[in-house]
Amino acid sequence: MPEQKMPVLETRKLGISFGGLKAVSDFNIKIFPGELVGLIGPNGAGKTSVFNLLTGVYPPTEGTVILDGKPLNGKKTYQFVEAGVARTFQNIRLFKQMSVIENVKAACTKDIEYGLFAATFRTPKFWKAEKAVTEKAMRLLEICGLADVSELPAASLPYGRQRKLEIARALATDMKILLLDEPAAGMNPTETAELLACIQTIREQFGIAILLIEHDMSLVMNICERIQVIDYGQTIASGTPSEIAANKRVIAAYLGE
Amino acid sequence: MNTFFQTLIVGLRLGSIYALVALGYTMVYGIIRLINFAHGDFIMVGGYTMIFVIPVVLRLGLPAWAAVLAAIVVCALVGMGTELVAYRPVRKKGTNMTALITAIAMSLFLENLAQAIPAIGPNPKVASQIFKAGGIHIGTVTMEYTTIITLVISAVVMIVLFTFTQKTRLGRAMRCVSEDKAAATLMGINVNSTILLTFGIGSGLAAVAALMYMAQYPKVYTTMGALLGLKAFVSAVLGGIGIIPGAVLGGIVIGLVESFTTAYISSSMADTFVFLILIIVLILKPAGIMGKNIGEKV
Amino acid sequence: MKKNKTARGYFLNTAVIVLLFTAFQILTAAKGSQGAFKLVLVPSIWQCCYLMVLAASLNLVLGFMGQLSLGHCGFMAIGAYTAALLSLACERAEWFDGKNDPRFLAVLIISVLAAGLLAALFSLLVGIPALRLKGDYLAIITLGFGMIIINIINNLPFCGQDGLALGSAGASLYKNGLGFGSKAKVQFLWFALAVTILSLTLLFMFVRSKYGRAIKAIRDDEIAASASGINTSKYKVLTFAYSAFFAGIAGALYACTNATLSTSSFAFTNGGILNSTFVVVMVVLGGMGSLTGSAVAAVIMFLVNYEIKNGQWVSLLPASLSGIFEYPMLVYALVLIIVILFRPKGIFGTYEFSLQNLIPDIRNAIKRHRAAKAEKEEAKANA
Repeated sequence: MPEQKMPVLETRKLGISFGGLKAVSDFNIKIFPGELVGLIGPNGAGKTSVFNLLTGVYPPTEGTVILDGKPLNGKKTYQFVEAGVARTFQNIRLFKQMSVIENVKAACTKDIEYGLFAATFRTPKFWKAEKAVTEKAMRLLEICGLADVSELPAASLPYGRQRKLEIARALATDMKILLLDEPAAGMNPTETAELLACIQTIREQFGIAILLIEHDMSLVMNICERIQVIDYGQTIASGTPSEIAANKRVIAAYLGE
Repeated sequence: MNTFFQTLIVGLRLGSIYALVALGYTMVYGIIRLINFAHGDFIMVGGYTMIFVIPVVLRLGLPAWAAVLAAIVVCALVGMGTELVAYRPVRKKGTNMTALITAIAMSLFLENLAQAIPAIGPNPKVASQIFKAGGIHIGTVTMEYTTIITLVISAVVMIVLFTFTQKTRLGRAMRCVSEDKAAATLMGINVNSTILLTFGIGSGLAAVAALMYMAQYPKVYTTMGALLGLKAFVSAVLGGIGIIPGAVLGGIVIGLVESFTTAYISSSMADTFVFLILIIVLILKPAGIMGKNIGEKV
Repeated sequence: MKKNKTARGYFLNTAVIVLLFTAFQILTAAKGSQGAFKLVLVPSIWQCCYLMVLAASLNLVLGFMGQLSLGHCGFMAIGAYTAALLSLACERAEWFDGKNDPRFLAVLIISVLAAGLLAALFSLLVGIPALRLKGDYLAIITLGFGMIIINIINNLPFCGQDGLALGSAGASLYKNGLGFGSKAKVQFLWFALAVTILSLTLLFMFVRSKYGRAIKAIRDDEIAASASGINTSKYKVLTFAYSAFFAGIAGALYACTNATLSTSSFAFTNGGILNSTFVVVMVVLGGMGSLTGSAVAAVIMFLVNYEIKNGQWVSLLPASLSGIFEYPMLVYALVLIIVILFRPKGIFGTYEFSLQNLIPDIRNAIKRHRAAKAEKEEAKANA
């Protein structure tokens, strides 16, 4: 473990309660640059709630999210993204009526510098920025294998490609850490293999950290360097895939003993 | 002090009318998440029904207010008809936005259709006396009979409605549908007929509100429901939309704001204050006074 | 290559607009004094102009951003009163002398700009609190705002219910302020057209930029939009203000075409043409998300309205039918319900007209139509 480096994402005693129910409590994780960490747990264990806390969709009732050493308390979702956290959703949330490339371009909005005047009067600055953003979007679509459908409406893509488009859209935000919420859910083995290849390419090209929620155990065991397991909102184990596979509490949680 | 109590009474009376209308909004919103803009116009439908039925009722030797029974039936039918003809088809294939636009269109349609019907026409019609004139005097403050009856009937209706939704099978079905339509279907609840029933009850309440309104202001015209409905909706939002006690509370607050603004500031600014209060409450507490903040599930 | 195509498109569009504009000027010069042209066509064009700007600006909020605003005519009212009062003040200060004075043109331009800016300013007051809330509340707050603004205008001593409608103020608005007579309408027709073309172009530019992408993303999925780094509140408020700016400009054009102003013509429940619902009808009919659609629907609805009010055929109908046409809003409500039920995309959906793509677009449409037909026949044959 590269302990000497500063973690890109760190949480301290993170928790949230809905009414009286503690959905997540005392959640601590450290993710270092370039790492691929898996977050697993039975259904309803609070995995997606953790993601919502890590992206500011829910404000935490306790604890802190720290990104690159800076705490993100009280920030809104878009500010989390500006700081460098991007995510995909469990139930795909694309901009359905927009074209594939527009989906990616929309995620570049925060980095486009021209103002209202430049946009409405089409100054050279506008053209330059638009050209750059189109090139960037096309590059990302190529990486995710979507370049051939860039002009189609996002809703018309098959399921597997919609998942990839969501990843491409997240990449467009230039994040430091990418959160993937069940990227392989509902995919057939071929699609899953393609997705894996896509994730590998992303890691090689961007050198970013990834936190992954997944149900497909073989996938998690194969690609994750570290795994953290939660149940009823509490961390019950963390370690390398082989350690997790042998952990009694994890087995108990999954088999319901 | 005298003015103060008189204003308070006026505010409570007005508020209980708003509350009755707000209940209709809140029930429909609670179940299908739609602002039924046409709800205000159901009051107008009820008003005209009574205008036509009151002479018949009087000839039969019954009191004038008995006409409200006919109005309840007509309003409930119009409400259910609106749901069947316009809202249900749009809900099936459209978005929230198209449903909302349909509601506005239905409101305009009802208002203008009424004007185009020769027996109704664009000019206001005057209603006959509905409740006994006069009132009780306490010191220098007067409580008119109309006011007392309005307050009593509103309170009874609200209690009955609340008990209905909490205690009966149909009421429980309604709450199930408003929480989760898919799950309700799986539990064997007929979602469509539950929604239809909600429209029936909500629209029937509009007829009762029409009775109260006419008892106080014996004039009926085609756009009478527009502003009344809007303020009632504001009441529902203020109290926390979808919550029955919230609608009542909101109605009373709006009634009081309106009567006090009229009495102490200016009658022409009353509507402005009503909306200002709404905006302030929504900024401070987006879900309304009694509402709970629930974020969208991600 | 792509850039060349864009440049060619701009050149083509500009050329065609200039050409049409010049042709129109020549036509106006030749026919300007003739009866039907002066008394019917020109006022109609003026009306179409402000309706187009009004519908297109609402489409930005309704179609592109997916938020229902029911107070659009409130912003129009602000624009109309600002322009009228400003020009009237300039006239009373004797800054210009009659409508032929070149200084009048400057006053006119300043009035129109001020109208837009003030409307935008007020939209910030409403938008900042209202747009933080979820969809439905915006409808109710803007509806309330539309009523409040009319209430406030009525209570302002210098422009109230009577201020600009009656007495000396009304008369002077007609003679020397913005209120254009039929002659001035012909004389300044170019101005109305120029303002309209410019407004539509600016709206179009907005939609085809990062702003357009951001608000379409918000419309499609607000949570995903903010998870993609879009500051949703900022873009919503900004777009709301941008839209209100053009509603204000439409109001200024409206003030030009009318001798008097009265708040009742902007009220929500007003049975006339200028209420916020009528604008919604235009947007939905044309297609939520198509500026082309809004412009076309504005003209269509104008013609429908004109025919209902002035058409000879209405009086030929049996009494029971023509009775309906005494209440045009009944017709519009029906149009709205029918469009929503049977063609919720409106006429154009999200299609935008473009000179350059016109021929390929038509070719594709025919191809699609044929393919659909063939598929249907195949299905029939299989059955």
